[in-house]
Amino acid sequence: MPELLVSERIPVRIATDIVIARRAARELCERLGFGKADQTRLATAVSELARNVIQYAGEGVCLIEDRSDGVSRRIRVVVEDQGPGIADLGRALTDGFSTGGGLGAGLPGTRRLVDEFQIESAPGRTCVTIVMAKPF
Amino acid sequence: MRIPILRLERTLLVSIQVDLTDNDAMQFQSDLVERVAEIEALGVAIDITALDVVDSYMARVINDTASMVRLLGAEVVICGVQPFVALTLIEMGRDLMGADCAFNLGQGLEILNTRIATRGDTRFNEDEDA
Ligand SMILES: Nc1ncnc2c1ncn2[C@@H]1O[C@H](COP(=O)(O)OP(=O)(O)O)[C@@H](O)[C@H]1O
Ligand SMILES: [Mg+2]
Repeated sequence: MPELLVSERIPVRIATDIVIARRAARELCERLGFGKADQTRLATAVSELARNVIQYAGEGVCLIEDRSDGVSRRIRVVVEDQGPGIADLGRALTDGFSTGGGLGAGLPGTRRLVDEFQIESAPGRTCVTIVMAKPF
Repeated sequence: MRIPILRLERTLLVSIQVDLTDNDAMQFQSDLVERVAEIEALGVAIDITALDVVDSYMARVINDTASMVRLLGAEVVICGVQPFVALTLIEMGRDLMGADCAFNLGQGLEILNTRIATRGDTRFNEDEDA
């Protein structure tokens, strides 16, 4: 019997979608047996990324997937938008850098909270992929 | 979403239960500073027990609110930061939350009262002498 893997696609358009997205991430985290610390880390990371979408790109989507295999439980979250892109990725990943009057902790903070972090950005598209993993 | 501001003599209590949008946050901050000025509050307790996620945006809203209240001359304590919220905030960045904190509202009020008493507010003393 093939494993039924969960995949959820959440539109990110208004501020309340941030809460919906991070709640979905936390629920999957809990269901897969991650501890409270990891649940909070992932929920916070998703919150940061979804907020960036609304703040800097207007709208986007958040895809939350169970990518567990025989070796480990894995949750992958992809947050993507068709906004202006990030001009200087290096600086955007630096603590304290913000073009929006924020704390500039979103991207660098998210990177520290998760096990894998990947970001691609160009004019017209920004895509951040994060993974929370834990061996069985 | 308007956040109720409760009054306990010269202390104000607010409890943040949900994420605040930019507009909610501005409304809340202006409601609070107005109320602090109006009653010349000596202390403000901000309870965030209900928040299971505090991202950098909410951390900034909470910090800014605390700073505004302090600028007016009142003491501030943030109450009820959840253990995993504290852990996550520190992992994300050292200085995201700078305000003084207490385990819960009860302890927060105690801290405020002690501070207010040692600070010797003029009106406070006058009242006592009267
Ligand atoms: N999805 C995005 N689209 C365009 N720019 C972005 C996006 N996400 C982040 N940025 C840019 O990267 C900077 C750093 O983001 P972040 O670390 O979350 O800090 P903050 O949101 O506090 O500015 C932002 O100020 C913005 O210029
Ligand atoms: Mg951000």
